[in-house]
Amino acid sequence: MRRWSPAPGLLLAAACTAGSPPTAAPAPVAGRDATPGLSAERPQYPSTYRRRPYSAVLIRNATIMTAAGPEIAGGSILLRDGKIVAVGTGLSEPADAVVVDGTGKFVTPGVIDTHSHLGVYSAPGTFAESDGNEATNPVTAQVWAEHSFWPQDPQIPLAIAGGVTVIQALPGSANLIGGRSAILRLIPARSVQEMKFPGAPYGLKMACGENPKRVYQSRGPSTRMGNMAGYRGAFIEAERYRARWDKWLKDRKGDPPDRDLRLETLAGVLRGDILVQIHCYRADEMLQMIDLGREFGFRIRSFHHAVEAYKIADVLAREGIAASVWADWCCFKMEAFDGVPENAALLQQAGARTVIHSDDAVGIQRLNQEAAKALYAGQQAGLPVTREQAIRWITVNPAWVLGIDRETGSLEPGKSADVVVWSGDPFSIYSKAEQVYNDGWLVFDRNDPKHQPRTDFNIGIADPGVGN
Amino acid sequence: MARDRGGAEGWAGVRVVPAIVVAALLAPMPRTGPTVLAAQTIAITGGTVFPVSGPKIENGTVLIRDGRVLAVGRSVTIPEGSTRVDATGKWVTPGLFHASTQLGLTQVGSVDATNEGNRSGTINAAFNVAEGINPAVVNIPIARMGGVTTALTGPSGGLIAGQAVIIDLYGERIESLVRKSPAAMVIDLSESSKGAGGGSRAGVLQLLRQTFADAQEYQRRKPDFRKNQMQPLAASAADLEALGAVLRGEIPVYAIANRRSDIESALRLAREYRLKLIITGGIEAWEIADELAKAGVPVVINPILDIPTFDGPASRFDSPALLRKAGVQVILVEAESGGPRNLRWAAGHAVEYGMSWDDALRAVTLAPAEALGVAEQYGSLDAGKVANVVVWSGDPLDFSSRAEKIYIRGVDIPLVSRQTELLDRYRKLPPSY
Repeated sequence: MRRWSPAPGLLLAAACTAGSPPTAAPAPVAGRDATPGLSAERPQYPSTYRRRPYSAVLIRNATIMTAAGPEIAGGSILLRDGKIVAVGTGLSEPADAVVVDGTGKFVTPGVIDTHSHLGVYSAPGTFAESDGNEATNPVTAQVWAEHSFWPQDPQIPLAIAGGVTVIQALPGSANLIGGRSAILRLIPARSVQEMKFPGAPYGLKMACGENPKRVYQSRGPSTRMGNMAGYRGAFIEAERYRARWDKWLKDRKGDPPDRDLRLETLAGVLRGDILVQIHCYRADEMLQMIDLGREFGFRIRSFHHAVEAYKIADVLAREGIAASVWADWCCFKMEAFDGVPENAALLQQAGARTVIHSDDAVGIQRLNQEAAKALYAGQQAGLPVTREQAIRWITVNPAWVLGIDRETGSLEPGKSADVVVWSGDPFSIYSKAEQVYNDGWLVFDRNDPKHQPRTDFNIGIADPGVGN
Repeated sequence: MARDRGGAEGWAGVRVVPAIVVAALLAPMPRTGPTVLAAQTIAITGGTVFPVSGPKIENGTVLIRDGRVLAVGRSVTIPEGSTRVDATGKWVTPGLFHASTQLGLTQVGSVDATNEGNRSGTINAAFNVAEGINPAVVNIPIARMGGVTTALTGPSGGLIAGQAVIIDLYGERIESLVRKSPAAMVIDLSESSKGAGGGSRAGVLQLLRQTFADAQEYQRRKPDFRKNQMQPLAASAADLEALGAVLRGEIPVYAIANRRSDIESALRLAREYRLKLIITGGIEAWEIADELAKAGVPVVINPILDIPTFDGPASRFDSPALLRKAGVQVILVEAESGGPRNLRWAAGHAVEYGMSWDDALRAVTLAPAEALGVAEQYGSLDAGKVANVVVWSGDPLDFSSRAEKIYIRGVDIPLVSRQTELLDRYRKLPPSY
């Protein structure tokens, strides 16, 4: 079912690692030794992520919310070599494992945010770090969020302290087609490549409604029908481009077609390699976008913001499209005017894949609490939502939206050891993330300053509130 | 502005007070709403009552009559014929007081047609937002659902943004919402007002000093002003007149300041002109908590705002706790896109990071009432105070609770908003239009 290519270019070419020296040194800089030939067939800014070694960890006697089944009271979880080894009750304590007493604490999968602008709209928020919208053309499928991403964004450690282990960093919503997203492990790093989740597909950011028509008012599109014409025109070009390349790749006769980064990304969408992520508030517009996908033969992975998703929850469930929503944002613009706090619960009731996302550097620090708001709003309205469902809204469901749910998102043996230990019930306002394990590495510990990452910007300027 | 110079009352030395202020302050409890019966007495019984002014009362009674709290306690005699509300297992608190909103002044943030809280210009001291309030905005019932019953609603923009007013979140007319006007003068000392100072904070302070000095001069020499025997002044007569209330200490300055040096500038100004000061924003206030406590300056703070900017990079989640520990009057506010109804969770977040639960509740009830000079009427459950009361299903500062009963001036407010109506419409799909 995984149809995307590990390299983001045209081909299923594996990242070039041939000839790398047999040492523990970081992976060689890809491209330097790349085979001669077409740029499109070489590795494209591949992940250089390497798991940080850490001892085996047994967290014992905690309430474990697995996101794959019922809560386990008095449960234990064993992490080793970056993987979850076992989850359950009555696990024996391996001699080599660090034992964490989880009495009174809760354990969940690492929190995953489908919608973040960390690193592309970095703090301190000056023009110098405003790298999220290439607002120079309504269709900029050629830009990649990772090429804006600043690993020293001081918002990153704050999000880590909120239990977040993986984000989708997206371009902004000024454009109809804003560019490629990046799926990133949230860890301190010198480059974005070190954070890239190995094997994760790219996402394509698209946007409906008010933002593009406002930004491009004078040159167009300035209407919603103009927005639709803009998407259609771009995908018509992409169809032709894909056909030209597919033909050449098959027979390799004559010169290859010209490479066009913009159309290369859109062709990736048409091939199913790139997952479509659409900023879309209004119910009627989401239905238009579903029709757009039918016209060009691509599937939409998730609508984002989706303030009116509750009005079409049945359709989203039927179509298998996730809805990434806020808990309770409302009323700040016309397309957000019909927001209700029961949005997530109504989606869940209809069987749609429900996600709580942030789109916000403050909100990302408290996605567990946002899920709690949405859970209780639903329960108070008499909707049949459960804690087991609500924990999925911020873990395994977003993992699915990013195409990494086989690797992470739930606490099951064999999955990546992305784990949060909370001081108490993560759905209480009084609870905090105490420990965050990212791929088995203790990236954050509220009680140990040695495990409280700071960015360069923090030094001498902004000591983070993290840990205090 | 030239237009302002025609204000006859201002020239005559009479403090410019909009007519509605007088109406609001002198009016008896409002008679709007069919649910108000002249002699109706409401007895909320059996709940755990948090009066805020004193310790919690298990199995307490709150007695309400004629829009006022009549009695609070464990052994309150309930008059015959009272409407009894069983609050067994519930938590009873004063209505929450949100000290940083634009409720009534905006409905859809991005739609100018619905926005009345921002007057263009640099010195807008005479700009009182009261008559911009639209009591019919959908945000007011939504905010009420979170137990918010009273709010400071105020202007934004410019260096002196204008006058904020206190409203109850109930009433069909401006006169019935507004409870105190003016309640505070909003002045922006943060990064966002630098333009008013020619691009420098030093310029901002120079302009403010000139304005305050001219306001003092104007107050002293109104006859000369009328005879055109004064040098040109830094602001219009109406603005200088309005600043009189600030210079006399009748209303506080609500100074937006986040960076420590800006907070210190506000303190300096307050000393020079004997201003009653409230710091709002206050991201780095924790660094000078002792000084603020000593000066008796309250701090209005959003406890989860921690993104470092050059306007106040040293944020920390436990700053409400640190300020309180030093003896500062802390007022908690939210600024989430979820809206003012989430105020109670600002208090919850402060508890999450070390503030005591009692202090956090105080910070969204009695503390703002005291700082804004309306504690005789608002902020706690005490006999004689306005009967703004909320009955909660559980701990109001945590997510699992909800407001089950809301009284504003003794009126039982229906728990209905545009959002609940949308929910009902789409609860089952497809909807039946």
